[in-house]
Amino acid sequence: MRKIFKRLCFFSLILLLLPHLVCAAGGGEVAPMVLVADTRKLNGFVAFWANIYNESHMEFTLLTVITIVLVGAILGLTADAVMNWVGIDLKHRDLVEH
Amino acid sequence: MEWLYVMMPIAGIKILWPGLIILGMGVGVIGGFFGMGGAWMVTPALNILGFPMAFAIGTDIAHMAGKSLISTMRHGKFGNIDYKLGFIMLFGTIIGFEVGAQMIMWLERVGRVEIVVRWFYILLLTFITCMVFYDVSERRRKEKEALKAGKKVDKLATGLEWHKTFQRIKIPPMIHLRAAGVYCSAWLPIMVSLLTGWLAGILGIGGGLIRMPSLIFIVGCPTHIAVGTDLFEVMISGLYGCATYSYKGRTEIVAALIMLVGAAVGAQIGTVATKYIKGYGIRIAFGCSVIGCAVSVALKLFPTYFPLFRGFCDEAATVVVLAVVGALAIYITVRMVLGARKEIASKEAKIATREG
Repeated sequence: MRKIFKRLCFFSLILLLLPHLVCAAGGGEVAPMVLVADTRKLNGFVAFWANIYNESHMEFTLLTVITIVLVGAILGLTADAVMNWVGIDLKHRDLVEH
Repeated sequence: MEWLYVMMPIAGIKILWPGLIILGMGVGVIGGFFGMGGAWMVTPALNILGFPMAFAIGTDIAHMAGKSLISTMRHGKFGNIDYKLGFIMLFGTIIGFEVGAQMIMWLERVGRVEIVVRWFYILLLTFITCMVFYDVSERRRKEKEALKAGKKVDKLATGLEWHKTFQRIKIPPMIHLRAAGVYCSAWLPIMVSLLTGWLAGILGIGGGLIRMPSLIFIVGCPTHIAVGTDLFEVMISGLYGCATYSYKGRTEIVAALIMLVGAAVGAQIGTVATKYIKGYGIRIAFGCSVIGCAVSVALKLFPTYFPLFRGFCDEAATVVVLAVVGALAIYITVRMVLGARKEIASKEAKIATREG
């Protein structure tokens, strides 16, 4: 096991250092940017949201980030309240181990 | 059954929303437990649900930001986050990631790029798996030897001790990371974050899969601190990713919010489970998830050499990813429920003794 491990470490290190591999690395094709969302089939909130994107990409970006943070925080606090109600101690961890 | 589908505003497609909740919950459990975003699990699953690949990535990153925020809040209360380490690493991660991402754009003109990345990814995952299981076997050996000598192994003892060698490098400025209990040169976390950020940028992943073991084996963080601090990093990089993908119109907020509902429950389960499972238990489960990831990448690489098997391999890769997500989520949830039941029972017993 130790031998195999050492060999794997050695080969991984070589691969990391191989310049042609490092230079040839990269992801897939870059997806093109959506310039205008098609709102013809949409209605209600979905149409409203798509229109925000069509009117201002910056406004859409800010609203998306803020919404994600707010909803994440609200859902997190709600889940906290439920777990507290169940009776789980959410402030201490007894296990001390590396 | 039309009510089971919801329209996505930017992509203009209909998606099965219960599938999004289940996916969010499963990945939330794993993310909260291991301290990673789990893009390798979510992106193919979203693709199966009907998202085009570019939308799958953007939506995954948006939901990942919210999910890691929930997990970070919980880990913060357990004292599992070393904020000093997190902020130091943040700069290195961003710079490293940008270098990696710029390298990708520059190298897109080079052919066979995807194959090289996948091979590189497999080797890296193989290395991480070997490192994790070798560490576990070394720790077990130490435990057996100590048992023979009639002693007990120190709770903070580790199998691999590379971090001790790295911590001996005394290049100023030296820093004391109180929560992690580490005293080292500031250059150690900076270099680790630069390297892991660069690797993440090259491979097009969030980086939790590489950063979490690096924090344990190179910096020397206890497993719980590595998980919490890594999630803190994932949260910030997720918000940055959410902003850039949203600007390009690649984020479907409706799907991200539906996934967040499941993830809110899942992330709490995963995070609370770390309370009941020892550090080495987390490491073993993490090793298993890395194996699952490596197998799925290998299955995607296989058709490059044997195109006849493309259909089979694509389906097999998806099955592997979903099986790993399902199995790990069930294991973590069961351990969490058993631990919580034990805790509640002992609390009730204490109250009964006092009253009696």
